[in-house]
Amino acid sequence: MMKQVGSHRLIFWLTFIPPTLWLLIFLLIPLSIIGSFSFSEKRGLIDIELSWILNNYIRAADLIYLSTLIKSIGVAGITTVICFLFGFPLALGIASAPPRWKSILLIAVILPFCVNLLIRTYALIAVFRTRGFFNFGLEWFADLINVPFEPLSLLYNDTAVILGLVYVHLPFMVLPLYAGFEGFNKTLLEAALDLGASKLELLTSIIIPIITPSIISGCILVFIPALGSYLTPELLGGPNSQMIANVIERQFMNANDWPFGSALSMVLVYLTFGILALRYLCFNNLYLDKNKRRL
Amino acid sequence: MKLFPGGHLSRRRFLAGTGAVAAGLSLISRQAWCDETPKLNFYNWDTYIGETTLKDFKVASGINVKMDLFADNDELFAKLKVGNPGYDLIVPSSDYVERMILADMLMPLNDDMIPNRFNIQESFFDASFDPGRKYSLPYMWGTMGIGYRKSKMNSTPDSWKWLFDSDRYKGRCALLSEASDVLGAAFKYMGYSLNTKDPKIIKEAEKLLIKQKPNIKVFAPDNGQDLLLSGEVDITMEWNGDILQVMEEDPDISYIVPKEGSAVWEDALAIPKGAPHPENAHRFINFILEPSVGAKIADFIQYATPNKAAKQLMPESYSKNPAIYPSNETLSSCESSFYLGADVVRLYDEAWSRVLSA
Repeated sequence: MMKQVGSHRLIFWLTFIPPTLWLLIFLLIPLSIIGSFSFSEKRGLIDIELSWILNNYIRAADLIYLSTLIKSIGVAGITTVICFLFGFPLALGIASAPPRWKSILLIAVILPFCVNLLIRTYALIAVFRTRGFFNFGLEWFADLINVPFEPLSLLYNDTAVILGLVYVHLPFMVLPLYAGFEGFNKTLLEAALDLGASKLELLTSIIIPIITPSIISGCILVFIPALGSYLTPELLGGPNSQMIANVIERQFMNANDWPFGSALSMVLVYLTFGILALRYLCFNNLYLDKNKRRL
Repeated sequence: MKLFPGGHLSRRRFLAGTGAVAAGLSLISRQAWCDETPKLNFYNWDTYIGETTLKDFKVASGINVKMDLFADNDELFAKLKVGNPGYDLIVPSSDYVERMILADMLMPLNDDMIPNRFNIQESFFDASFDPGRKYSLPYMWGTMGIGYRKSKMNSTPDSWKWLFDSDRYKGRCALLSEASDVLGAAFKYMGYSLNTKDPKIIKEAEKLLIKQKPNIKVFAPDNGQDLLLSGEVDITMEWNGDILQVMEEDPDISYIVPKEGSAVWEDALAIPKGAPHPENAHRFINFILEPSVGAKIADFIQYATPNKAAKQLMPESYSKNPAIYPSNETLSSCESSFYLGADVVRLYDEAWSRVLSA
């Protein structure tokens, strides 16, 4: 049937044009505008002149901005690792659940998406602040066992930012992993058990190598948005928690320096493309057809 | 149901139909002296207008006001920078009026359409950021200072020292999050002008802030008063109006302008270039400057009004409130903030980036 669709010219173009137009209008054109801004300079308060200079990129290599970028990479990396540590068992659990429970558990993972990101982040503030629900719970527990209680300072520091980022990005890790598990051939496990593999060997020698493409997809789906996240460090972060997106926002607003903000944004875009290119070069053979895969 | 009784829609019937519609439209009475549609697009801060002002204006003039909100001056400037998206009246702060005049983004006001402007206090008739008040008229003014919880303070925090140079309130203090606001207050603390341009002094302020950073809990963008109310912090740098709002809810909270001096701000009404309904905008400005209307607005939002006729109508609890109308002595130590030019803005921003990443 696919062959029929492919060979029918009209259907091909009809299905090809809308997503291409979408990509063009909402991604490529805005990105090229920002890209051209990054090579421009300010003229007065509102004008921007395209003069093809590299000043903005040279300024972006300054230590303050580079250190913020490296810190953002670090925070995004920690978020990805924590998401993986929580997401892997969660996805495995959902995939192994009886069919009745599978859909309920999946909905439980996806349901937070229905609530706006801003509202979810404010909810976290209400939970973690000094007079928030988490501390109320601990206080009740401490009263119960008669222990003096000092409220925990869970908000306005790096911990809060990472917690917030994990909370927001966990579904992005769980869903690709779950999809990978669903397509997994369970008879391989049975064969391995028959041949005397231990549970740990099952995990390391069978499951993880086959699931690797899903793991990589999940990691990228978490890392890249976390790297560019703005709202979570802005609302939950303390004086030390600024990330690269907060710096970029200041350039477009307070500092009124759109060319420099564009250069910083393009650095993030190049980084993203770099990561995707890296995945293609190193791991592409994993996505190829089984027959062509080099083992 | 048959839409066209008698058959299909012929060209003749279509032309007849449109002719009838056009004739009908021309019969709708239009006010002879108003060639604009009775609408106004107002771009304003949140909770910055009287409770019934917009409705009262509709009753008085028949003009429907649609109000959009912005969160800070930068958002207003960024939105209008690339072209007016259709706003008739905006409320920038004084230094942003200055920027907009420099960037030729404002329409000069037609004084003949605003006779009520003589209700404004004389000291506001001229301003360094808008000489001769050609482009703007004052709306509200106030101060920046310290909001604090009385029961948690060792003594009245009448100095910036407790926020910038001391660990007495470690982990319980908050600052604003705008570079120019915090650096300006730091300059005042160190004894310099609010509008310092000298890179050496900016560096000094940067070092002071980096030293103080471990004691600061958070840089609060606009919710310092909420943090104060919820007990997250006990002392914060904030605008007087914000603190006044929570003072109503919690009498334990108070406000003071530090003795080293602070910023005095003014928000002004202005008409951006490309406004679709400039006449209606003028009419609205004139309406706001009426004493009774100004008094109602001031009563609701509790900021200091520059309208002396409106102030006379207000009760003493308002006009004698030192948090709203600071004493002349306090005012003499306060300064307005000016636009210092792109280079200084960049210096402030880089200093602020260094403070935040330290």
